[in-house]
Amino acid sequence: MDTAAPLTSAATAAARPGWRETLAHVRYVATENPVTLGAFGLFLAFVALAILGPWLAPYDPLASDTARALQAPSARNWFGTDALGRDILSRIIVAARLDFGIAVSAVLASFLVGAALGSLAGFFGGWSDRLIGRLADTIMAFPLFVLAMGIVAALGNTVANIILATAIINLPFYIRVARAEVNVRRNAGYVDAARLAGNSDLRTLAVHVFPNVLPPMMVQISLNMGWAILNAAGLSFIGLGVRPPEAEWGIMVAEGATYIISGEWWVALFPGATLMLAVFCFNLLGDGLRDIMDPRMRT
Amino acid sequence: MDALPLLKVENLSLEFRTRSGTVRALENVSLEVGKGETVGIVGESGSGKSVLSFAVLRILDPAGRVTSGSIRFAGMDMLAAGEADLQEVRGREIAMIFQNPRTALNPIRRVGAQIEDVLRAHAATLREDLKRRVIETLARVRIPDPERRYAAYPFELSGGQCQRVMIALALACNPALLIADEPTTGLDVTTQAAIMQLVSELARERHMATILITHDLALASEHCDRIVVMHAGHVVETSPTRLLFERPCHPYTSRLIASTPTPEIAIESLASIPGNLPDLRRADLPSCRFYARCDRALDKCAAEPLPALSPGPGRRVHCFNPL
Amino acid sequence: MRLIGRRLAGAVPSLIGVLIVTFLLTRALPGDPAAYFAGPAATREAVEQIRVQLGLDQSLAHQFALYLRDLAKGDLGSSLSTGQPVLAEIRSRLPASLELTLCGLALALAVSIPLGVLAATRPGSWIDHLCRVLATAGVSLPTFFTGLLLAYVFYFLLGLAPSPLGRLDVAFSPPPAVTGFYLVDSLIAGDAELFRACAKQLVLPAVTLALFVMAPLMRMTRASMLGVLSSDFIRTARASGLPRATVLYRYALRNALLPVVTTLGMVFSFLLGSNVLVEKVFAWPGIGSYAIEALVASDYAPVQGFVLAMALLYVALNLLIDMLYGVIDPRAGIES
Repeated sequence: MDTAAPLTSAATAAARPGWRETLAHVRYVATENPVTLGAFGLFLAFVALAILGPWLAPYDPLASDTARALQAPSARNWFGTDALGRDILSRIIVAARLDFGIAVSAVLASFLVGAALGSLAGFFGGWSDRLIGRLADTIMAFPLFVLAMGIVAALGNTVANIILATAIINLPFYIRVARAEVNVRRNAGYVDAARLAGNSDLRTLAVHVFPNVLPPMMVQISLNMGWAILNAAGLSFIGLGVRPPEAEWGIMVAEGATYIISGEWWVALFPGATLMLAVFCFNLLGDGLRDIMDPRMRT
Repeated sequence: MDALPLLKVENLSLEFRTRSGTVRALENVSLEVGKGETVGIVGESGSGKSVLSFAVLRILDPAGRVTSGSIRFAGMDMLAAGEADLQEVRGREIAMIFQNPRTALNPIRRVGAQIEDVLRAHAATLREDLKRRVIETLARVRIPDPERRYAAYPFELSGGQCQRVMIALALACNPALLIADEPTTGLDVTTQAAIMQLVSELARERHMATILITHDLALASEHCDRIVVMHAGHVVETSPTRLLFERPCHPYTSRLIASTPTPEIAIESLASIPGNLPDLRRADLPSCRFYARCDRALDKCAAEPLPALSPGPGRRVHCFNPL
Repeated sequence: MRLIGRRLAGAVPSLIGVLIVTFLLTRALPGDPAAYFAGPAATREAVEQIRVQLGLDQSLAHQFALYLRDLAKGDLGSSLSTGQPVLAEIRSRLPASLELTLCGLALALAVSIPLGVLAATRPGSWIDHLCRVLATAGVSLPTFFTGLLLAYVFYFLLGLAPSPLGRLDVAFSPPPAVTGFYLVDSLIAGDAELFRACAKQLVLPAVTLALFVMAPLMRMTRASMLGVLSSDFIRTARASGLPRATVLYRYALRNALLPVVTTLGMVFSFLLGSNVLVEKVFAWPGIGSYAIEALVASDYAPVQGFVLAMALLYVALNLLIDMLYGVIDPRAGIES
């Protein structure tokens, strides 16, 4: 029995699964992981909310009506009204766009820069590895939320700076994962083949190695999105970034904080619960993706 | 040799439930070890040798389940015994040493302390005496400078020294039976010889029974009184050592002997056994699991339950077409 | 001794990085840094004075040297709103933050480790599933929201907790300061009633903090324990007939805790960050609320002082963790 032949064909099959196999695999996983499927559905719901927000909101999120301030949830205002009489449900719906926008921008920026840097470090090694490693270590030498506070305080209290700060503190995350993944694949057969075919190192990295690194990084992105939202909301809660009368989940909780102790619980609860749900959804999705990619790593 | 065996395994079958199916790891395995006897269990990796010993001590992985048969040690029914009784037997009456001695010891605990733990669990020793007894045990396994080695961590010792520590650990309470699971794997040749010599001497001194589990037939031939040959979860042949090599009965045994390197045989002319072990998850396994690889196979070997033939005194073979 | 030296040396690059970054943050302000530090109400002369004082007209390298010199002197600037030197305020408020952080950590450890061990010894059981759900839910909780919820439920609804307004109820006066930790100081003063009052105020904020970091701790303990329980030396221990408790705690848990200790670094990053939010929710007079108040007032020196203090604290904590690991793992000195 020749056991050599089946191995090589299995190896080539693993390197590039066809779309039909991928679809079958996804369907299998979906039935095995109902929780992940649920999280994905929730994710789509949030995305829909973010895109269609302003049209779905029953009232104008910025319209204040002090006569109706601090009304408990009712048939008219499902989530009640806040201190300025604004409808909380509408504000929550519209805030989805802002929060998701911040998180997506920050994570995207962080991912692109971090993955690029990490790949370079993992592929070429040497001084580039040391330099990029130092950069990541320096960022990680700070408690990350504190660093974000410092950056926003230094650069100015705007939403753009929130995005920048969140992106910076997430950089080490992506640098590390990209570096590890590229390092593992650096000496794979197809990389040598690409080099021999005349591709420059950089082109080999970009065209051949990087696409194979993407799937594990998707897991990190999903997990990171949840954390990015928490970060942005935390910064808004302490007054950085988003200014009133903008609607954002963190700032809405801050606005509701003073009232929760006197019993008007709805002002803070609904935005907070929505925030929690969104983050939870991303974490479940990330866990599910990780299970799909590599069941060995199931925690 | 006493008439009553110290350890008697009868028709033991066990399986493992895994994600990819149920693995029938052992089927109708029978084994006897008498007091003071050294029995070798030989076979390829995956033949179930280690699983058998784990079953005897009841330290199987939780996914493992005994489906039939019995294990009796000194009259005690090991399968029915409660955890408290088992803990008394383990380490005190039956002891085990493992392969890869360095990973088999607690990496962050001094070796002296580990041996003390065993003494404390079984022998009613005064605290002041513990250290002395441990150093005595270390000296008996010929560890140089035992007072200093008492405070050593496993990573500070060589592979051979770690194995000696394991032997000391196992023999600390003078067990009646020692199970040695591939004790020389991972050690260099000179150390292997030294370790095996140590085990044989200690066994002789204490009239201790030994089960030597190994894939190395040459090793078994040197140190064992009797040999049990296993293949794919079955016992295929049992025989006193000399007779086994003079006149093997089972086709697998003769193949195994032919593929064992000795100084006389050139490596090019070394035979190999064709094929691989069968997949033990399959529901349609033939009666004789060597069927696919055997050149003397008959049709009834796949269908009918295997016989237990006795080709000589103290010999047993499970084959329809023995040599 | 040599190991300690080596670990200290390892912390130096982090220290340098922290100093450089905090320096950049104080100088990277858009517009005119001097104007920011002088404040919105400053005259033009005051601004110029600040400019010279901070060396803002000099080269970047020179400014950095000045910055380091000021730090060495303990000069972190002064708060615009209170007029007090930043270092003095941070020093007086630090114990409050530290007490809260340490209590939160202690609580988290006391819950996560036993739960993690239980989950590992009973895989697939309801405890195991509970652990996994808690672990995922825990990292999803916005700390500030959890704090508010707890305050609402336990103070407003149930009346069990005291009003979330700081370290001590107005009816009491703080114990004479020895360590700055109210719990410790009240015990030293022998005042049991005061101790209880301080502890009562600590409960909700500490629980809020603990909830957030329980998740990674529990997850790590469980995973580590699972790995250790299936290792070779545990099999040897069981085969030697060691009692179950010995195998579980002296053999398995001690080994399993090693990776948990290394996780503590990341845990502290979360803790120190969440500390700020919890201090705001519960009006806790620590350095976090100091920084938040300063932020609102566009008062920059305290914020930068806060970032520096937190970073130095974090570097020190990481160093401690490294050394702790070196102590409990005898193999630690071997890696080259």
